[in-house]
Amino acid sequence: MTPSQTSPETSPAPPLSPVLSVRGGALGFGGRTLWRDLDLEIAPGEFLAVLGANGSGKTSLLRAMLGQQRLDAGDVLVDGHPARRGDRAIGYIPQQKIVPPGTPLRGRDLVMLGVNGHRWGPPFSTRADRERVDALLTAVGAQSYADQPLGTLSGGEQQRLRVAQSLAADPSLLLCDEPLMSLDLQHQRGVSELIDRRRRDHGTAVVFVTHDVNPVLDMVDRILYLAHGRFTVGTPDEVLRDDVLSGLYGTSVEVIRTRGRVIVVGAPDEHHHLHGAEEAAS
Amino acid sequence: MITVDWPTYVQLLGLVQNSIIAAAVLGVLGGLIGVFVMQRDMAFAVHGISELSFAGAAAALLLGVNVVAGSLVGSLIAAALIGVLGARARDRNSIIGVLMPFGLGLGILFLALYPGRSGNKFGLLTGQIISVDIPQLGLLITISTLVLAVLLVIWRPLTFDSLDPEVAHARGVPGRALSLVFMVLLGLAVAVSVQVIGALLVLALLVTPAAAALRVSASPVLVPVLSMVFGLVSAVGGILLAIGGSLPISPFITTISFAIYLVCRVLGGRRGALARRSRVASTA
Repeated sequence: MTPSQTSPETSPAPPLSPVLSVRGGALGFGGRTLWRDLDLEIAPGEFLAVLGANGSGKTSLLRAMLGQQRLDAGDVLVDGHPARRGDRAIGYIPQQKIVPPGTPLRGRDLVMLGVNGHRWGPPFSTRADRERVDALLTAVGAQSYADQPLGTLSGGEQQRLRVAQSLAADPSLLLCDEPLMSLDLQHQRGVSELIDRRRRDHGTAVVFVTHDVNPVLDMVDRILYLAHGRFTVGTPDEVLRDDVLSGLYGTSVEVIRTRGRVIVVGAPDEHHHLHGAEEAAS
Repeated sequence: MITVDWPTYVQLLGLVQNSIIAAAVLGVLGGLIGVFVMQRDMAFAVHGISELSFAGAAAALLLGVNVVAGSLVGSLIAAALIGVLGARARDRNSIIGVLMPFGLGLGILFLALYPGRSGNKFGLLTGQIISVDIPQLGLLITISTLVLAVLLVIWRPLTFDSLDPEVAHARGVPGRALSLVFMVLLGLAVAVSVQVIGALLVLALLVTPAAAALRVSASPVLVPVLSMVFGLVSAVGGILLAIGGSLPISPFITTISFAIYLVCRVLGGRRGALARRSRVASTA
């Protein structure tokens, strides 16, 4: 983690250039509009949560930022240039998946893939690569299980390694696709704190796609809420409101805040979007 | 097993030294590419390719052209079909299931029409390296070396794509292109192995060594190294044991390779227990 990125971007001066901007973005599938006229700018160090039902285009938006999905209209700019595949300015954290036993990958090997997995040529890691991996493992507190096969690690341990892997190229933008899915509360906390610390210390912008905003509610600067081909952007207090979400869904929706958690009640065919919260409510 | 005396054996060894070199190269190649066969879950594809490789070789035998070339053509057609049509695992398995009997059937047809020696016929299915002539051996070694070289160049991105595709693609690793290149390499490796061990037994060189190595290690360095050593020991060991007697080479290769796998399974079970214990110790 070189300090070069911190100085200009975390200074208190107004952010000069956004890390990510979407201008007039539109995307649809099979005649159905997922979203259109999407304008969005994310400043260095900002934490944006993307909420919405399955099929609302959250993942497609991430894919557009990764240069894997062409928009029907508009542009996505990352660090001022059009989104492109393999952009080293982007770190990517996927959701936790089952690793089949016997997969020849230890914790540190997963991180090493982030460091040099894209490189062609004889597969010999340099000393610098190995030192980088050690530094990343230390940063996420994963040294104690770094030499265990990935398949034997808990979901929380795997996701810590995922954070380390995503930071390998010292990204200025971190894209997270449900990174807390299927983790228990304690690990949800641990992993989201790692992400939060990274953006505070290094000014890395975070786009965090999730079906449950509660584990990161106190970290989120703004929410992008996608529903029914429409969207709303704003702070949690601006977005998670009865009138705003009712307007978005076009039907009466109630937002209940209880014991520091947010529960959305009555959202039509949104049975998954704040899933964890609804379970907590029942 | 060995029915000849030592001086005769040494003499025989001299006669088959080219075969031994070829077997060594093939053992190394099979061990290395096998690691990716396992990672990409393509053992069934290897079997499917080998049957079309057999059909190609049988056609070449019938037409009186180079058998290795025929085997290569069959392999590459199969690899390309599987690679293009079977991007998803389920599609792939059904395509292989369809291709395999068709290839085997074609091969049997060509062999039935072939008027020549029956030893050649049987060899394609069960191995015949001793009967491969010098220019063909040269061709086998050249192809194997080429495949090894390309494999080393794409090693890391291919590993990334095999084990962690989602993040690899986010990182810009060209997954589709890599999987097609890998299919071509696999096709070449299969065609070459068919010459040594026969279409029916290719898995013993292309899958078993890697499967054995994966039983005893999860290290991305140790697994390919062990797999390579296992492939080498099986292929060369098989020839060394076979030349003294009257039995064919293939059963020796498959038996050595299987024995290594068994030993690794036993060791792997103990390693798992040890790892769990050391994990507890290190966290304590």
